Amino acid sequence: MATQVFKIAESFRKDTRYTFCPGCDHGVAVRLVAECLDELGLRDNAIAACSIGCSVTIYDFLNVDSIEAPHGRACAVATGVKRAKPDKFVFTYQGDGDFASIGLAESTHAALRGENISAICINNTTYGMTGGQLGPTTLLGQVTTTSPTGRNLEYYGYPIKIAEHIALCDGTAFSARVSLDTVANIKKAKQAIKKAFEIQMKGLGFSFVEILSTCPTNWKMSPQKAHQRVKEEMMPIFKPGIYKDITK
Amino acid sequence: MSHIVIDTSKCKACYLCVDECPKHLIKISDKTNKSGARVVEFQDPQHQCLGCAMCATRCPDLAITEVYKD
Repeated sequence: MATQVFKIAESFRKDTRYTFCPGCDHGVAVRLVAECLDELGLRDNAIAACSIGCSVTIYDFLNVDSIEAPHGRACAVATGVKRAKPDKFVFTYQGDGDFASIGLAESTHAALRGENISAICINNTTYGMTGGQLGPTTLLGQVTTTSPTGRNLEYYGYPIKIAEHIALCDGTAFSARVSLDTVANIKKAKQAIKKAFEIQMKGLGFSFVEILSTCPTNWKMSPQKAHQRVKEEMMPIFKPGIYKDITK
Repeated sequence: MSHIVIDTSKCKACYLCVDECPKHLIKISDKTNKSGARVVEFQDPQHQCLGCAMCATRCPDLAITEVYKD
């Protein structure tokens, strides 16, 4: 008798169909969030603060209450939701441009205030939805539509290391960076998201997970090569790991 | 018998699952879905599937909907 070892999480809407490009890791990240909501029994009690960019579409896929907070304000809106409804589980799902450029002030100050919310940030080193422009995490030398000769240090400066930045904030309870380049790393990513959610359930403060992800369309490469790029080019700069965990 | 269930209408032909299967049981088929993607199919005549769910873990489009393990 065969036992079922994988099924689509119940936190998804019925017959969810992603609108992401083929091979985009957003699909994996959203699934991990849904599975964690299922496993921690948070589905009926969760409120998502959505962002702008490809990550915004999460409200089309998850069967949870959500509020739209475009242009980087997700952590600020999530703060209001959590303070008004402290019994609810409140999380944000944002991209790197949304979290660390447009909304860097809101994100940083939510962490400094130690707001009891969870933030998930997808880092794919570009602005995906708008056509692959240079973002805050674009690597030095990376070609984008607004840096056609590659990111130049003198002109654009260095990319931001978000997980380390958030870990430096005193109100942060948990900050980690994970990757989705291999199945083993996907499993580690799920553990980190679950840990971040548990931190909020215990009321310990701001919890954050940065997820290294691919954008095959704007990187102009196959999904297979995109995962290779994550491993060879992104992970040496954005090193995966747990940068802060006050429970240890 | 370990096996997987594929919803080919959700497949976008990224073929990440093809590379992931340790037994090479997922192949690119001759069929095309309504979106125009040349979808994958599961072929396991010798019952080699491990039920490891690596394909479903990797699939970015929820196209592998169920995995069963003996």
